[in-house]
Amino acid sequence: MGLVKKIVTWARIKSPWILHFNTGACNACDIEIIAALTPRYDLERFGVVLKGTPRHADVLVCSGPVTKQIEDRLRRIYEQMPEPKFVVAVGACACSGGVTDGCYNVASGIDKVIPVSAYIPGCPASPKAIIDGVVKLLASLEEKEEVKK
Amino acid sequence: MHNAPEFKIPIGPQHPALKEPEGFSVALKGEKILGVDIRLGYNHRGIEKAAEERTYIQDIYLLERVCGICSHSHSTCFIQAVEEIAGLAVPSRALYIRTIIGELERIHSHLLWLGVAGHEIGFDTLLMYSWRDREVVMDILASITGNRVNYGMNTIGGVRRDINPEEKQEILNGLKILEERTKYYIEIATQETTIIKRLSGVGVLSREDVLRLDAVGPTARASGVKRDIRADDPYAAYGELSFDVITDDHCDVYGRTVVRVKELMESYKIIRQALEKLPDGPLVVKAPRKIPIGEAISRYEAPRGEDVHYVRSNGTEKPDRVKVRAPTLANVQAVKHMLKDRFLADMPIVIAAIDPCFSCTDRMVHLKEQDCGSDKVINWPSLHTYSIEWHKERGIDFTQLNKKLQERFTR
Repeated sequence: MGLVKKIVTWARIKSPWILHFNTGACNACDIEIIAALTPRYDLERFGVVLKGTPRHADVLVCSGPVTKQIEDRLRRIYEQMPEPKFVVAVGACACSGGVTDGCYNVASGIDKVIPVSAYIPGCPASPKAIIDGVVKLLASLEEKEEVKK
Repeated sequence: MHNAPEFKIPIGPQHPALKEPEGFSVALKGEKILGVDIRLGYNHRGIEKAAEERTYIQDIYLLERVCGICSHSHSTCFIQAVEEIAGLAVPSRALYIRTIIGELERIHSHLLWLGVAGHEIGFDTLLMYSWRDREVVMDILASITGNRVNYGMNTIGGVRRDINPEEKQEILNGLKILEERTKYYIEIATQETTIIKRLSGVGVLSREDVLRLDAVGPTARASGVKRDIRADDPYAAYGELSFDVITDDHCDVYGRTVVRVKELMESYKIIRQALEKLPDGPLVVKAPRKIPIGEAISRYEAPRGEDVHYVRSNGTEKPDRVKVRAPTLANVQAVKHMLKDRFLADMPIVIAAIDPCFSCTDRMVHLKEQDCGSDKVINWPSLHTYSIEWHKERGIDFTQLNKKLQERFTR
């Protein structure tokens, strides 16, 4: 069992599958996330692959403040993801509400709804910042695994 | 196919084919779409209300974040209205710089769209190509404005940053690369059999339907309707620059692709002219902190079509009302029409073809009664009566208080 678990952890860190979910963002962070996956920045060289369904995803990449309508959906998507799961909040809005903090329809920040593992600030977060954030998240997972051993 | 049962499938708010959260409820018979119900509002943040609580200067940055792709459009549209109310004469250098940024934004938006459209028809190579080339214009925008998206270039009465000769050269160098690549894309769009076959006859919207449904931007222009605010009602420096309004008579997704790709060439032409004519002078005129009482409507040709902002001021440093009519709201009705009697497999590309931006669009109170299916928009007096009734049922009677308040107001 130990060996299988080791292989699974190794695979997860070497190739995290991500799900991108727009929780009411203005599209700026979303296009920067996609830009991070295209040739100039190419996040895929770290094994990151964008997936279409939460059931395949290890990492949920959220952008935007959580609007009241999307709040319930975000929770459901998070629940559908298999364990262990991680959430990355991209952009100022996802981290703390940003410019829309205090608006009547906004819950301000992903962490008000679901637990967040990494915050990437910026309005919008540049692709470089997104790559940095994802790499740091992966590095922290590696460390955690080592501590467990 | 004749006996295929009718059924409904929900698409969204989270779906691989959608880049933004929006819901579609598609009624199907076999593979054929009988009707589509569009459910908007997942992106509604309440920006118009927030704008009333912030000062004009703060609003520029807030409204820029209505949409991250056409951010310059929204902020320019807003300050044009504010400048009209305040009666400011914006220096012409500022107007030219606004035009240049606006066109650079159009380039980045159209290249982005080309990639997304390629992705939706399974042509991912095109996505990777056009997004790689898009980085050229992103670099230019980053070096002029300091940010890749949400440029923060506008301020009331002018612009905040200048374009110096080195930056001018950088833009020209970038345009050279982009122009060459765009010629290649035009070649792909007009000669590549796969694209022509996949996009022709998909999402048909006739000229009459465009006029009836009031579609705007490239969606309207691809159906032969010459509708472009830059030419019809010139703002910024467009009145002094010469360019063609690209139209096409294919009336389908293919036509929309051709229009957008050709519009890129016009954008290069506009930027080159604007850089050449760029007048000397100040960047900004001093604007008052408190804007006098008044109201104004401003129009702007965003990459997706006509963007309309309405601003009413009350003499303080905060606006009384800001209303945004984003281009996607005008086009989204057309999508419903385009999808009828088409196949489900065409849905992603037809939706993508209007270049939807739902974060721009989600800003209205629209209630739908579930059982009878009729639409109902609640206006202020009926909402007021409804709230009084609601509280009365729960044991709190506001009727007397309300009467007293109304008497006081009428006095």
